[in-house]
Amino acid sequence: MKKHTKLPSIYLALLLILMYLPIIIVVVYSFNENKLTAIWSGFSLKWYEKLFQDKSLMEALKNSLMLGLFSCLNASVIGIIGAVGMARVDYKTKGVVEYLSMLPIMIPEIILGMVFLAFFSMLHLPFGMTTLVIAHTTFCIPYIYMMVKARLVGMDPSLLEAARDLGASEVRAFFDVTLPLIMPAVASGALLAFAMSFDDVVISVLVTNAKINTLPIKVFSRIKFGVSPEINALSTIMLSVTLMVILAIVGINKKTEGGKHL
Amino acid sequence: MKKKKLGLWLTVMPLYLFTLVFVVGPLIYMFVLSFCTRGDHYETVMTFTLDNYKKVAEPVYRNTFMESIKLAFTTTIITILLGYPFGYFMAKLSSSKKKIMMALIMVPFWTSSLVRMYGWSILLQSNGILDKILMGIGITQKPLKLLYTYPAVVSGMVYALLPFMMLAVYSSAEKMDWLLVEAARDLGASAWKAFWTVTWKMTLPGMMTGVVLTFVPSMGLFFVADILGGNKVPLVGNVIQEQLTKGRNWPFAAALSVILMIMTSLFIAIYRKVTGAKELEGLM
Repeated sequence: MKKHTKLPSIYLALLLILMYLPIIIVVVYSFNENKLTAIWSGFSLKWYEKLFQDKSLMEALKNSLMLGLFSCLNASVIGIIGAVGMARVDYKTKGVVEYLSMLPIMIPEIILGMVFLAFFSMLHLPFGMTTLVIAHTTFCIPYIYMMVKARLVGMDPSLLEAARDLGASEVRAFFDVTLPLIMPAVASGALLAFAMSFDDVVISVLVTNAKINTLPIKVFSRIKFGVSPEINALSTIMLSVTLMVILAIVGINKKTEGGKHL
Repeated sequence: MKKKKLGLWLTVMPLYLFTLVFVVGPLIYMFVLSFCTRGDHYETVMTFTLDNYKKVAEPVYRNTFMESIKLAFTTTIITILLGYPFGYFMAKLSSSKKKIMMALIMVPFWTSSLVRMYGWSILLQSNGILDKILMGIGITQKPLKLLYTYPAVVSGMVYALLPFMMLAVYSSAEKMDWLLVEAARDLGASAWKAFWTVTWKMTLPGMMTGVVLTFVPSMGLFFVADILGGNKVPLVGNVIQEQLTKGRNWPFAAALSVILMIMTSLFIAIYRKVTGAKELEGLM
């Protein structure tokens, strides 16, 4: 029996190493003094210095953060009250609308990018931050909506009834009872959505103009010209932002798990 | 009572409105656009035509579709072969080890696929790290020149989408009642028989979710082919992107998208029929 139990662990470890290897390479070589990735010639932060002096990159970073923030805010408002409302209505169109609102994360990204590009130019919307935020909001909503919906299913309906019996208005009951209870779901949904928005390149590249860039667009346009330590540094920055988001989600989940025992 | 109904309507209205305007609207527009004509100055003229669809059927584009489907299939099969055992073995670990594994998978899962593809391209570079390792061990004598080849694109796709398969299989294997396997074994089934009759059937929905999550995106991830294939492996995603930007033939891009959309919808419909699942299990 002992012999059999070793193999799965080796397999798991091997595949994990393979998945980490490219990421580690990117990070490690961002600190390489040498311009060539093939040669390691000492630790250096010069590529980061170069990045921070590049105004257009800093602008792109700012754009990416703003885009993620605004899209998440919009999507949170629509997704939260949408999910709470949908749980209580019995419209015939409910299922269809729910399905349609989930489409943006079900269809290939390139199609979403294509339809927005065509649609926005038909409406004569100026391409830039506005179009980016609208496009990103559409694919942020599903994450928040699904998380909140799942959380609502597990919620005790008598809590809401109690609040109503005690004389709280619908709005008051929502803010005092429902919202605090679904908050962990909202937070993890919003962070998930933020990460998706922060990493998106396929849709962004199609719905923006030449002047407004996001970080992934910058990375993408540079990667096409081959490998350079600056892209490594840029990628490492993107990676750090994503890692911070995961840590935040893990933190939230830990907290709610702890809360369940109370 | 009337007031309450109005209140409820107000809560779902933003979702209804937003979905209608920014999801349904653009999709309908894409459909309409695919029957439009491209003008002499690259503008779109509202004249009905079937030319865009006829163009999709031209050998060049038909081949691109076939190539994309072939690549998506290859990617999906390799992903199953690698990811299924991973999810399965992971579900069998002790709960503390499961937590560690979960945390370990999260980093590659969340890392931008653009960044991961870039790392992959460094790995595959001629005289790059992979070559050095292989030549060091003595498996190969010369640099393999893997970058900008078809296998590079396939491996990149697999690398990009593998975490989805792992997690999907894991989530359904984790939920499974392992006592059923034991019961089958007690009743005299061999380990293989118990696996095929119990475990395989119970983990199938999870695996099928993984299949959808790998197959559908692999048709559209144009940057994987760009970065790792160096324009040598044109996929539907790349053609659409090219027609939108360089070619400026939007009606044709729309027709390509409509066909791609129909294909993916069909694929998801088949998935639903086969597994009887209503939602993508283990997606969230």
